Amino acid sequence: MRVSTAERTMNYVVLGLFALFALAPILTILATAVSSQIGQAPGLHLGNFLEAWDVGGFGSSLGNSLVVAAIVVTSAVTLSVLSGYAFGTMRFRGATVLFYVFLLGLMIPTEATVIPLFFDLRSLGLTDTYAAIALPQIAQSVAFGTFWLRAQFRTMPVSLLEAAALDGAGPVRTLRSVVVPASVPALTTLVVLVFMWTWNEFLIALVMTPGGGLRTAPLGLANFQGQYTAEIALLSAGAVIVALPMVIMFLFLQRHFIRGMLEGAVK
Amino acid sequence: MSKSPPSAVVRSRVTPYLFILPAFLVYAAFSLYPLLRAAQFSLYEWPGFGPSTFVGLQNYTDLIGDENFRAAIGNALVLILFYAALPVVIGLVLAAIFRRGQVRGMGFFRSVIFLPQVIALVVVAVAWRNIYAPNGPLNQALRAVGLDELARGWLGDPGAALPAVGFIGTWLEMGLVMLLLLAGMSRIPDDLFEAARLDGAGPVREFFAITLPSVRGEIVVALVLTIIAALKTFDLVYMTTSGGPGNATTVPSYEVYHRAFQLREVGSASAVAIVLTVLVFAINVLVTRIGERSR
Repeated sequence: MRVSTAERTMNYVVLGLFALFALAPILTILATAVSSQIGQAPGLHLGNFLEAWDVGGFGSSLGNSLVVAAIVVTSAVTLSVLSGYAFGTMRFRGATVLFYVFLLGLMIPTEATVIPLFFDLRSLGLTDTYAAIALPQIAQSVAFGTFWLRAQFRTMPVSLLEAAALDGAGPVRTLRSVVVPASVPALTTLVVLVFMWTWNEFLIALVMTPGGGLRTAPLGLANFQGQYTAEIALLSAGAVIVALPMVIMFLFLQRHFIRGMLEGAVK
Repeated sequence: MSKSPPSAVVRSRVTPYLFILPAFLVYAAFSLYPLLRAAQFSLYEWPGFGPSTFVGLQNYTDLIGDENFRAAIGNALVLILFYAALPVVIGLVLAAIFRRGQVRGMGFFRSVIFLPQVIALVVVAVAWRNIYAPNGPLNQALRAVGLDELARGWLGDPGAALPAVGFIGTWLEMGLVMLLLLAGMSRIPDDLFEAARLDGAGPVREFFAITLPSVRGEIVVALVLTIIAALKTFDLVYMTTSGGPGNATTVPSYEVYHRAFQLREVGSASAVAIVLTVLVFAINVLVTRIGERSR
């Protein structure tokens, strides 16, 4: 649509200002991350990243985060595919009620479940394990995944399933060779979202690992902040290390991030 | 219920339940059951070990007069302004600009403004703590333009800390809200805008007559998401202020953690957690209802 030159200039000014506002904190932390530490000569200090990596133990905390994310993403997506398949393509008694029970899970705040989870898992001797960090997050993501994939699988034409039935395929083969291959974009979006939620999760990781031996990346950074408050250059370098994997993923898979967060919210 | 089989490829009536079972078991065991346990915990006094005492609803009645809890609710209301109201206003303006004008580099602007959403809140906290520090960039900028009297340790100042935390929320949420609203606005047919322009409507009248009424649904969704985000600001508060100075920046979710794991008042913490859950449910229902009525 046509707009006047004056209005267009105004538009760019407004957009430019907000883009700058969004970027400023990110640019500031990047600049701080390569700035000189106390007592160092001013200049570009890329060595901060190496030092932060060593001192902050980010090798092991990023490793832990990867393990947790791998467990949560594979389990949550697999379970959601199975349940979404039933809700999206099958008729059965109680389907609506059961689906609403899953929907409830989208609203249950982590703050409410984390207290009993900690004390009950502690009595079972399961705190400070990957299971304690992963299982609560799988539960949350399964609620969303079921909801997300039900919507996706419902759009599948019934004729596809009928064709599979004519070929003599059972439910599992149909799921594997018809339904899943036809839903790759929706599945990718789900993987991206669950990975992001798990990578960035803080409260569960904080509460479930009182021993401190199994820190995920955000927790490693929180701990690093506790020890190196004064050394802002190193702390910022650590923060950049923790954020970088997500930002890179966002740059490459933007469409999935945006689609997932928008459609997931509206539906 | 008809007698037809569950689907073309499923003959047995049991099969659907078998597909749902694994997901349901994990969800029930690690989300539903803990929620019920939290409700149960909230009726006891318990330091987290040893015996517990049943106290009925006393943990809840104690909250009514509890200064820190009242502060947490009051702070959350202020944060809603920053997390929900401001981003909706900003989001409306930005989305309307994208919808109206031919903006070159639209993809770039969209991505940049959305970017804060994907960064771990712990990292966001480190970045903004630095910005707000007594000798940080914000105060340096203020001093550079001669506004020395405004410079302060933003997160340590009782009056400034809450708005400072809230402002981070505005920064975080504006991109998400903008994209939600833009998705709604892109469904408005071009003819509507053209007709309005033929009638001589300027950008402002066009906005109030056409754009705003057609994104009511999206505004409701944006409000639900951001209000709940405001109530649940745990990571940011934990990392920037620990609820302080005093209780100036505490929020319900921080109270839950603080009471359960630092004060060892598990019953009281659970009561706060249940109140928070009820609030989240209520906001979902309420805001959605209001949205439906005004349609």
